[in-house]
Amino acid sequence: MGFKKLINSKKIVMLLSMFLLLGTNMLMAQDTATGTAATDSDKSAMWTSVGYYLLLFLVGCFCIAILGKILRVYDLTQKMQGKKGINWNSFMGFICIVFLIAGLYGATWSLTEQGSMSLPEAASAHGVDIDNMFTVTAILTLIVFFITQSLLFGFAFFYRGSDKRKAHYLPHNNTIEKIWTIIPAAVLTVLVVFGFFTWQKIENSTEVKGDINIDVTGHQFAWELRYPGKDGKLGALDYKLTTGDNKLGIDFKDPKSWDDLQADTLVIPVNKSIRLNIHAQDVIHSVYMPHFRLQQNAVPGLPTFFKFIPTITTAEMRVRTDNPKFEYLLYCNKICGGSHYNMQKVVRVVTAEEYQDWIAKQKPYLTDKLRTELKLTADKSTSAPQAATNRLALNN
Amino acid sequence: MSTLAVHDHGIVHHEEGHEHHHKQTFLNTYVFSQDHKMIAKQFLITGITMAFIGMTLSLLFRIQLAYPDKSFPLLETLLGRFAPGGRLSPDFYMSLVTIHGTIMVFFVLTAGLSGTFANLLIPLQIGARDMASPFVNMLSYWFFLMASLVMVSSFLVQKGPASGGWTIYPPLSALPKAMPGSGEGMTLWLISMVMFIASSLMGGINYITTVLNMRTKGMDLWKMPLTIWALFLTAVLGVLAFPVLVAGVVLLIFDRSFGTSFYLSDIVLNGQVQPFEGGSPILFQHLFWFLGHPEVYIIIMPAMGLSSEILAVNSRKPIFGYHAMVYSLIGISVLSFIVWGHHMFVTGMNPFLGGVFMITTLIIAVPSAVKTFNWLATLWRGNIRFTPAMLFAIGMVSFFISGGLTGIFLGNAALDINLHDTYFVVAHFHLVMGSAAIFGMLAGVYHWFPKMFRRMMDERLGYLHFWITFIGAYLVFFPMHFMGLDGVPRRYYAFTEFESMKRWLTVNVFITWAAIMSGAAQVAFIVNFIYSIFFGKKATQNPWDANTLEWTTPVEHIHGNWPGEIPTVYRWPYDYSKPGHEGDFIPQTVPYSQTMSSNSPHDFEDNPAGLEEYNKWASINKINEQVK
Repeated sequence: MGFKKLINSKKIVMLLSMFLLLGTNMLMAQDTATGTAATDSDKSAMWTSVGYYLLLFLVGCFCIAILGKILRVYDLTQKMQGKKGINWNSFMGFICIVFLIAGLYGATWSLTEQGSMSLPEAASAHGVDIDNMFTVTAILTLIVFFITQSLLFGFAFFYRGSDKRKAHYLPHNNTIEKIWTIIPAAVLTVLVVFGFFTWQKIENSTEVKGDINIDVTGHQFAWELRYPGKDGKLGALDYKLTTGDNKLGIDFKDPKSWDDLQADTLVIPVNKSIRLNIHAQDVIHSVYMPHFRLQQNAVPGLPTFFKFIPTITTAEMRVRTDNPKFEYLLYCNKICGGSHYNMQKVVRVVTAEEYQDWIAKQKPYLTDKLRTELKLTADKSTSAPQAATNRLALNN
Repeated sequence: MSTLAVHDHGIVHHEEGHEHHHKQTFLNTYVFSQDHKMIAKQFLITGITMAFIGMTLSLLFRIQLAYPDKSFPLLETLLGRFAPGGRLSPDFYMSLVTIHGTIMVFFVLTAGLSGTFANLLIPLQIGARDMASPFVNMLSYWFFLMASLVMVSSFLVQKGPASGGWTIYPPLSALPKAMPGSGEGMTLWLISMVMFIASSLMGGINYITTVLNMRTKGMDLWKMPLTIWALFLTAVLGVLAFPVLVAGVVLLIFDRSFGTSFYLSDIVLNGQVQPFEGGSPILFQHLFWFLGHPEVYIIIMPAMGLSSEILAVNSRKPIFGYHAMVYSLIGISVLSFIVWGHHMFVTGMNPFLGGVFMITTLIIAVPSAVKTFNWLATLWRGNIRFTPAMLFAIGMVSFFISGGLTGIFLGNAALDINLHDTYFVVAHFHLVMGSAAIFGMLAGVYHWFPKMFRRMMDERLGYLHFWITFIGAYLVFFPMHFMGLDGVPRRYYAFTEFESMKRWLTVNVFITWAAIMSGAAQVAFIVNFIYSIFFGKKATQNPWDANTLEWTTPVEHIHGNWPGEIPTVYRWPYDYSKPGHEGDFIPQTVPYSQTMSSNSPHDFEDNPAGLEEYNKWASINKINEQVK
């Protein structure tokens, strides 16, 4: 019983010291708060709150230490009385099963609650393929997840040790090892084949007649867009020609570039094949449009492409998500500098008619100022089309 | 031959005693020590220090992510110009992310993990007096320490440390004007990395040589514990992969400082046309990930080896499918060299190549699955002792499963389009290589602490440490999967600029507090660790009743590990609870002739003389029983 007295007294001493600490701290805090000038009040408030959290942490540590001491003394007294002490082994086995149940519940909750917040409806043709692939993979992996975690913590609980038992000596079993090599291999083969063909289908970005080509160029920290004009073709680029007025380095010697249009919003017609030509000027960026399940890095010196067909207009998506402000977004997904976190562009999917109306209003890159600079004004109306035809003839 | 030579040395050593040795001073015992056990401790303590630095950095940026609009005057007091007005600056946020990643991947989980346990366990478990070249081993530590100091010192540079992400992709890292961290900070990063790789290579060559040449009598490759297999294959991976990173880093230094264009082409920075032409940023990614992917296996394989050993010892059962475990380790090692392209599916690499890398990547899941099932089978019908080490090993398996399964999504090129560089990836690798590897490392620390420091760690604090960290890590990383699926990118300073990401703010607050909780739990570890070094309960020679050789050495450390001859090994290291034997373990040093009652014909597969003896004994035994 002497032990019990000991803990009691220790506990009391510790509690006392805690209160003392707390009390002095509060007193000091009050002192500083009242005693200092207004300019320093922020600082002192800061230190008070820092002290507060530190103290909270220390109090927590003390509580744990006291709990530990109590348990230890309890253990010792039990042993002195000839009884068994706390069986930590069984206790840990028990916590394993508690963790398993709580964990499975938590995982299920998270999957349903947060899972429903994620993976918005796919708004592109290939996005549906990706989502199917995702569903299949998710079902398979979740089955494995729940089974293996249950076995892991279930075994930990059921086979928690005791002195009476001896473990079952089982060094190997070739049959079962073969089974669990072959089954994952077979399942993965299915996933690989399925994935490989989906991937090949998606990544086919060769240009076909009727594709709408749009240039997306990333630089720190914005995206520039370039639409083809009436000729449906984008002009050549040469980064060395980049100036303040010619931001993209468009080569205006190429007549195809004369009607290239600039735009603020990536407006695209629904159900048309869109081919994004992705460029970067300074560092690597990444064109990421999660609703369209679309991502492709923008690499300086290495133009990349992504071809897709949007299937849901912004207006329709607003109805479906019940959010009148909904916008599709394009944003940067490759670390590119300080403002990487805010490099976005609105993407608007519209009907074909709306698209025609919209594109008619866009301004060309070849502004009047550039025209005078490049001395293109005089012969613009006459020689330009001629040059174009000449070139065509030459090419043929 | 070499084993013989070592034996001779051992005998001489014993006869002449310590007089022969040069004088033991503080400097050559604790600082410039060439003893593998001391070097292991140096690696461990440096590794733990770096881990605490890395963890603190992560807590700083977690606070920013949870409270993007709030000002914390304390941050300004502590960080000065990096946190004007009590808010982290975006550039410094990037630095934190970068240095957190670098420290954790390289300094904690490569050097801290392999360095500690390869140095400690290779000589002790294979029965060697020390490493093959103790001096190179010492150099390896000192290069590592220098690399650590240079890396940490980059916080003192005016513009802050490197900030292009731990993968330092050029052109961002190559152009000092692209971001503040790409200036002197990046230079220091590169210098530090070159020293680190030198350290890693010196260590790796040493580990390989020691394992191949210095095993004691009877210790053939198939009698080595799985820890040694794992550490050996890890060293092989390191020696083959790290030089490629040096190549990549040296070319990057050339691009930065000498005006070459290996990685740069067609660049217009801030409206200024740059003179670089003909390089390819993708080249760097190939070189980086040719190291980078084996690197994640360099991180996880030692953790696998340590956990395998700890699971077997504490289940009092042989590890299930020892051969399959070794072959899967070899399989993972080989495959790890041909999967690097799965980091580059969306970088503009040829899509066909992406398809090929997808196939190899998903194949690597097979040996990983085999390992997992074998661990589960090891627990099955065991007699489990929950030491803190055992709990951490179980936690390692749990994380490996959870994180490994999401790898099947990311390894699939088609799914990776939408998931690449999102929080899904963050969740994936923090579980499968971050948490799993650190749990393997902590399991090792708890398990081999008595061997390192001759004292025991407190079990109950270990339990507390385990459960808070384990639950905390799941709370931190599990919700991140869903953020990633919703298209929330990683390395974003704040999610306030996007309407669609604002709804994840509450989740971010939750994650931050879970992270703070896990961080606080590490105090339980560090208190336990330091206290136990000085005041822990004195350890016995074999506190866990384990079979491996390190527990046959005396508790007091001596130079050369064993007084007298190095013990001979007669059996594999996993004879736990063998039927017919009284105790539940038979150390490797016990010959079969002493355990007649528990031998089985299987034990003599490659030993015809032994089998004959066994059959003779068995038949006599049978007759005796019939007589009875």
